[in-house]
Amino acid sequence: MTAAVRLRSRHLLGISDLDPSEIELILDTAVAMKEIGTRTIKKVPALRGRTVVNLFFEASTRTRLSFELAEKRLSADTMGITAAASSVIKGETLADTVRTLEAMSPDIIVLRHPSSGAPHLLSTFCHSGIVNAGDGMHEHPTQALLDALTIRERKGRLAGLKVAIVGDLMHSRVLRSNVLLLTKMGVEVRVCGPRTLMPLGLSALGVHVTYSLDEAVKDADVVMMLRLQHERMNGMFLPSLREYFTLFGLTRERLKHAAPDVIVMHPGPMNRGVEIDSVVADGPRSVILDQVANGVAVRMAVLYLLAGEDVTP
Amino acid sequence: MPAVMDADRIGRSLMRIAHEILEHNRGAENLALVGIRARGVPLAERLAANIVAAGGPSVPTGSLDITLYRDDLMRYQVGPQPILRRTDIPFSIDDRTILLVDDVLYTGRTIRSALDALIDFGRPTSIQLVVLVDRGHRELPIRADYVGRNVPTSRQQSVQVRVLEIDGRDEVEVHDAEVTS
Amino acid sequence: MTDVTDVTNAWVLKNGRVIDPRSGRDGHFDLRIEGGRIAAIGKDLPTDGVRSVEVPAGFVVTPGLIDMHVHLREPGQEHKETIATGTWSAVAGGFTAVACMPNTDPVNDSASVTQFILKRAAEANFARVYPIGAVSIGSQGSQLTEMGDLRTAGCVAFTDDGHPVATALLMRRALEYASMFDVPIIEHCEDPSLKGDGVAHEGAVASMLGLRGIPSVAESIMAERDISLAELTGGRVHLAHMSARQTLRAVRDGKSRGVKVTCEVAPHHFTLTDEALKEGAGYNTNLKMNPPLREEADRLAMVEGLRDGSIDVISTDHAPHHADEKALTFDHAPFGIVGLETCVPLCIDRLVHAGVISLSRLVELLSCRPAELLRIPGGTITVGAPADLTVLAPDASVTISAGALVSKSKNSPFDGWTLKGAAAATIVGGRVLYTNPAIPGAASLTPSWEN
Ligand SMILES: [Zn+2]
Repeated sequence: MTAAVRLRSRHLLGISDLDPSEIELILDTAVAMKEIGTRTIKKVPALRGRTVVNLFFEASTRTRLSFELAEKRLSADTMGITAAASSVIKGETLADTVRTLEAMSPDIIVLRHPSSGAPHLLSTFCHSGIVNAGDGMHEHPTQALLDALTIRERKGRLAGLKVAIVGDLMHSRVLRSNVLLLTKMGVEVRVCGPRTLMPLGLSALGVHVTYSLDEAVKDADVVMMLRLQHERMNGMFLPSLREYFTLFGLTRERLKHAAPDVIVMHPGPMNRGVEIDSVVADGPRSVILDQVANGVAVRMAVLYLLAGEDVTP
Repeated sequence: MPAVMDADRIGRSLMRIAHEILEHNRGAENLALVGIRARGVPLAERLAANIVAAGGPSVPTGSLDITLYRDDLMRYQVGPQPILRRTDIPFSIDDRTILLVDDVLYTGRTIRSALDALIDFGRPTSIQLVVLVDRGHRELPIRADYVGRNVPTSRQQSVQVRVLEIDGRDEVEVHDAEVTS
Repeated sequence: MTDVTDVTNAWVLKNGRVIDPRSGRDGHFDLRIEGGRIAAIGKDLPTDGVRSVEVPAGFVVTPGLIDMHVHLREPGQEHKETIATGTWSAVAGGFTAVACMPNTDPVNDSASVTQFILKRAAEANFARVYPIGAVSIGSQGSQLTEMGDLRTAGCVAFTDDGHPVATALLMRRALEYASMFDVPIIEHCEDPSLKGDGVAHEGAVASMLGLRGIPSVAESIMAERDISLAELTGGRVHLAHMSARQTLRAVRDGKSRGVKVTCEVAPHHFTLTDEALKEGAGYNTNLKMNPPLREEADRLAMVEGLRDGSIDVISTDHAPHHADEKALTFDHAPFGIVGLETCVPLCIDRLVHAGVISLSRLVELLSCRPAELLRIPGGTITVGAPADLTVLAPDASVTISAGALVSKSKNSPFDGWTLKGAAAATIVGGRVLYTNPAIPGAASLTPSWEN
């Protein structure tokens, strides 16, 4: 796979808009960005004078801090706006807030929003480049990119690997972005979770669907565990957490059926003892801390590739 | 277009520069070479070998990508954006004399970016500049300490440096029309 | 019922091709109009000094079209639509009458609201307005409205549209009670627990767009409940805006058992599918309606139901919303699209020119059956009846421009569509209220005194 020479779009709305060569470009650029984090002075002037607004309509300490660090390392001027949870109820705050922001002419707006499609709505009327930092149950493209970087780092490649994704698939934007990215890059993807949390149409994307954790994990090179949201833990999706852990929780015992050099991933924050046993989460196969470090590098790469004036040389 | 430097001439220039470096720095203690990506990197590696061949010590060599330090960040709608590559300086530059190596010295802006980048890695004793070709037309107060060849050009011309490690052969050509290298 | 007859003028609509399925007419006839009513139908009627208007070749005169599912929004939501703008939108779309849904603010659950609507409609004096009353007070699903009083005031049907009739018991009582007045219960079929907070058809498209789904069976389960209750009670149930093939199957079963069940489909459900949600930037809120756009198999089922006669009526579910309300994220934007001005072009292009049904069958769907189900005048051209007529230009090409719609709201997904077929003129009570400026020759249908 050869990397693209540029991204076609000014926005990163989702993995669905990227082709494999663009994904390679972002990952290759992230590799170079990662080196900056090893320096004493972890800062380059690439985005000096550019303004990046982090607009978060949903609490997310990890993603917000990761983007902020990426922006600071690129010397961008950054502003963070975290909308109070109460104002999220009404979607109208999105358009209103952004029109106000646009008066400050930011170059890039990083948007986290509880509604699927919110960044797409923004891209229809907004002059800034939009980076989707997670929209509802739809996509979380930088998470999938950092996961891919982590896998590529550990395995040296993506194509041909066997990746199992396990958990609440229905409500997970991480699942959707990862399935899109991994299938584009030639990965064999198995998804596993309770039937009540299984979205329709996954098998049409060339993904193997199973309700058996053992089947999903067998010979897998990568096991990616998804977070079970607290609000799904009760009610009609699942009878109990105890049963969820019995059927879908990743333990050292169940991991034995995976490939010997399997790596275990989790987008965080983890529910220890619900979807993953602490012994596994903190064990030698876990690359969860690599994911955090790679998050900054991938976000630097995305911001760098999207920033700047559009010109024809 | 005639080649202004062929492989033989490039080889001899790099050997001469190695000698000048040793002479100028009284031996080569505490020296390090840093090549600017892309073609400065193989040139720096050859200089390191030449210094050993000339009786000097083994000099550590690193590579520097200055893309993130450029002052002209653009998103090219047609044609390539500069591809970011890894910077690799596997030694401390503090209290060393750094020999910065590039293929062509022109406006001086690349070197300005490289100096910024280098300073982010530490505080060298001094920085000296090595270039294979100096084509003139400086826009910043920058000059080279070691020059392979001075090639007078007009601004309309372009200078193309090819090196064996990247391009499969060694040569320097001057073109009348702009050619992106 | 509003009275918009014109008592002073007599004129003759000459030599137009008349399609009137109920009288079996399909041929060139003259129509003499006097005092707002049809005075005579025949070949070469004498004009004896009255004005005569020649129908241009290629145009078709039909009984006035009736849209039995329209949200006029007044009272209470006049920023979306008013009775005046909504009935003008109807006329511009070729409709001479509309039945309006009771989910206004206040809900049309009392004679005073019904009377207010009729008064406003009379003031506007465009399309005729037939109010539909609420089944339950405030459409809250607990206490029946005074259906007798509402019927006397002018309501022609009852519904809690926007929501289903809340419980099986309430539906049973509503069907029993309304049957005393021979009035249908119109049902918005939707099981609330299955619908949940869904915003799009439950399927692969919603799944990948991360939108919460509304399964097809949310509709058909409620349809099956209501058909069973109509069978039990002998009452008339009319299923509104059907979208799912399972619902159509339930209707066919019911009809074959002799249950008094009828149904309608909206143009968007036989022209669009959920695939449209992926187009452009995606998440176009003008594609958000309830019931949602479903899959191709459902769309094809609706087309087949129109062809084989199991669907009785085409109605628009005209649901105007202000642009600011639709400019929200998909999950927060309100359900519904405007439909009055796009219905006729979509029907003629996608059903008649596509070879699914004849023009005559289309007139049944858009005029005869609504009049029959609601027991209102119209649906046929007869001597002595009000002269409510629609003149169609089946071969005229029109391009829909959402911004140019006369409705107060522009929330149409059909912006930019070029379609073959349109309403050329709309005649209510003998008055030519509208001629379509986009259609060559339509202006000649205006009798000289109207200018
Ligand atoms: Zn409804």
